[in-house]
Amino acid sequence: MSLLRGLGGFVRRPRRPWRLAAEASALLIAVVVAFPLYWMVLSAFKPAGEIESSEPRPWTLAPSLDSFRRVFGQQEFGRYFVNSLVVAGSVVIVSALIAFLAATAVTRFRFRFRTTLLIMFLVAQMVPVEALTIPLFFTMRGLGLLNTLGSLILPQIAFSLPFAIWMLRGFVKAVPDALEEAAYIDGASRSRFLWQILFPLVFPGLVATSVFSFISAWNDFLFAKSFIISDTSQSTLPMALLVFYKPDDPDWGGVMAASTVMTIPVLVFFVLVQRRLVSGLGGAVKD
Amino acid sequence: MYLAPALVVLGGLLVYPIYQLGLISFFQYTQAQVSGGEPTTFKGFGNYSELFSDSQFWQVLLSTVLFAGACVVSTLAVGCALAVLLTRVRALPRLVLMLAALGAWATPAVTGSTVWLLLFDPDFGPVNRILGLGDHSWTYGRLSAFFLVLLEVVWCSFPFVMVTVYAGIRAVPSEVLEAAALDGASQWRIWRSVLTPMLRPILTVVTIQSVIWDFKVFTQIYVMTNGGGIAGQNLVLNVYAYQQAFASSKYSLGSAIGVVMLLMLLAVTLVYLRLLRRQGEEL
Repeated sequence: MSLLRGLGGFVRRPRRPWRLAAEASALLIAVVVAFPLYWMVLSAFKPAGEIESSEPRPWTLAPSLDSFRRVFGQQEFGRYFVNSLVVAGSVVIVSALIAFLAATAVTRFRFRFRTTLLIMFLVAQMVPVEALTIPLFFTMRGLGLLNTLGSLILPQIAFSLPFAIWMLRGFVKAVPDALEEAAYIDGASRSRFLWQILFPLVFPGLVATSVFSFISAWNDFLFAKSFIISDTSQSTLPMALLVFYKPDDPDWGGVMAASTVMTIPVLVFFVLVQRRLVSGLGGAVKD
Repeated sequence: MYLAPALVVLGGLLVYPIYQLGLISFFQYTQAQVSGGEPTTFKGFGNYSELFSDSQFWQVLLSTVLFAGACVVSTLAVGCALAVLLTRVRALPRLVLMLAALGAWATPAVTGSTVWLLLFDPDFGPVNRILGLGDHSWTYGRLSAFFLVLLEVVWCSFPFVMVTVYAGIRAVPSEVLEAAALDGASQWRIWRSVLTPMLRPILTVVTIQSVIWDFKVFTQIYVMTNGGGIAGQNLVLNVYAYQQAFASSKYSLGSAIGVVMLLMLLAVTLVYLRLLRRQGEEL
């Protein structure tokens, strides 16, 4: 933050009216950006008659929990919530660990095909997930994983790995080689260096990358739709949400209440990692 | 050794499916073959010639490219402009805007899609009331439906660009800017000749990431236009492939579309790699 103040100071501070105009527009844009979320929460609390009114008001005088009751009263909504948490949680942890090891390998060791491997990781990011749904469907069927959470976890790990490795590379690279040498001279073993020195140092990077894998796992709609075909007890939140959304006659209150419930964990996660995220992205792109 | 888990996972769940995808695209593979009722037959390029002679495919391809292009350009423009704006304001407005953007970023695609639909709902949405549009339906017309999806996509993807570019600007050492200012460079000059070149690697990264993400938009189109719009007017390649495969059980045709997408994104990747190399970056 202090650097920003520096920027303003050295690069002639914009004149007062300009700065005020900039701040006013920043606040205005923030309002516009936040408006959909506000409307979502608001609609979730509006009583049924008020949502479906032709005179929508940006407030409600009679907040009600009816929509939430409807959502949680739906069969096993809590279970879907837990399912989603299990999927996203395992994807984040497993892919972070695997990516950490792989990123260490590609930045710390020189070996044949290293560059080829890196390019492959990059190319792997471009693979359209949806296109692979078809072969993955058959793979999951072969493994007997259809209708289990495993069929959602495994592909998500695979798809979040390349990006995670690519991003973590920068963080591992930023740790000076001298540190590694010093650790060995002090008698640290390789695994001790890896887990007790390198791991804490690149942890901010891990957090930044885990944001991406968490979101993609939490949001996943296509795999859930394609692989969980008959056993609805294994469904995840996006599917549960669409139960309320029927294109001809959507239950807007229910949709918005379910949406709110679904968005909150991600928001909490974001707020927790917010500070690390900004520095993390900065570190990753600086290289 | 450290690489083993990554390679196993990627090999099994990425490389092998791609191989299978390619394989399926050369065979006749429909519901009959899946259930084992009929043997799979080799079709060679049959699926591809069927695809390329289908006028709907070309239309979908064109709208995918145009739609993704529009999304990328708008996302980058909004994201960069706001990143610059962030450097011009004091801490409080900056925090507020940052939080709002993080909120948009955190919103799951399914949720975002339904919320934007409600906002633009012809009967109950506030947007039509504010703009005085009566019961104008946004999802009815082809362009306006695409425009609505575009707004949602930009809304949930500009924060990544904004935060990254902002982090990049922050990482520019103040000595450099100080030196430029002492040498008598104007603000505009500093932006153009100092900051832009220093930010180029970051701009490349966010551009490529946006291209990849926006080219693959699935959930938004699927939810907001109800699976591709009226008579498939809002289909993009991704949704088209999905519909062919899982709705019409033409798995091989869907796979062929997947291969086409894969090749197009591969081309983008190659461009990216060349750019990286030209910047003299070591992998």
